[in-house]
Amino acid sequence: MEVRVSPEPFDPGAETNAFLAAIKGAGAAVTFTGVVRSKPDDPITALTLECYPELAINQLAAIVEQASTRFGLLAATVIHRYGTLGPGEPIVQVMTLSPHREAAFKGAEFLMDYLKTDAPFWKRETGPAGTHWVEANAEDDVAKARWE
Amino acid sequence: MRILYFAWLRERLNRGEEEVSPPSEVATVADLIDWLAASDEAFALAVEKRSLIKAAVDAKLVAHTAPIAGAKVVALFPPMTGG
Repeated sequence: MEVRVSPEPFDPGAETNAFLAAIKGAGAAVTFTGVVRSKPDDPITALTLECYPELAINQLAAIVEQASTRFGLLAATVIHRYGTLGPGEPIVQVMTLSPHREAAFKGAEFLMDYLKTDAPFWKRETGPAGTHWVEANAEDDVAKARWE
Repeated sequence: MRILYFAWLRERLNRGEEEVSPPSEVATVADLIDWLAASDEAFALAVEKRSLIKAAVDAKLVAHTAPIAGAKVVALFPPMTGG
């Protein structure tokens, strides 16, 4: 189980390959990568993520532990960036490993749903009209609540 | 006790952290927020909607009812928007 929080960019493909190289006796691996979105009708030039790293590591470790127990994961990794990113850059990567695909898919989804609302990152978008803090999305609370 | 502020709360207060010494009757996170608000109008306005203020004590996420006795660092921040 691994958690990484860093301002450094990461390579989603290299991370996936390293994760897959560690497979022993698993039948399913799921990788999810979240990237900076810029919609054509509402473009952004930059996304800045503020972070409280100490709390982020504690929270993500607890979420990974919970997912591993609940879905019987053989391995799970969460990588989360902070700092200023451009459109298309990877923000987050969640990887899960399990004997069968259902647990790997569900574990990855659970990890994403929980970290959206429970990990201390705050997004700020910069676009042609200026800059603003992204408001918490009620749909994210709903997505998390379905696991409770 | 060190207080950390993040995101729009940090910006509205114009500081990322401060050192405070609350009296012993300030027992919980909620008490601390009230105590800070009582002496600082900008703070009172920024935390007006208490449901928008989340808290951590010594890098552990807690409810407003959590005790702060012996805490070294209390962090206050808006709802999280990561992922």
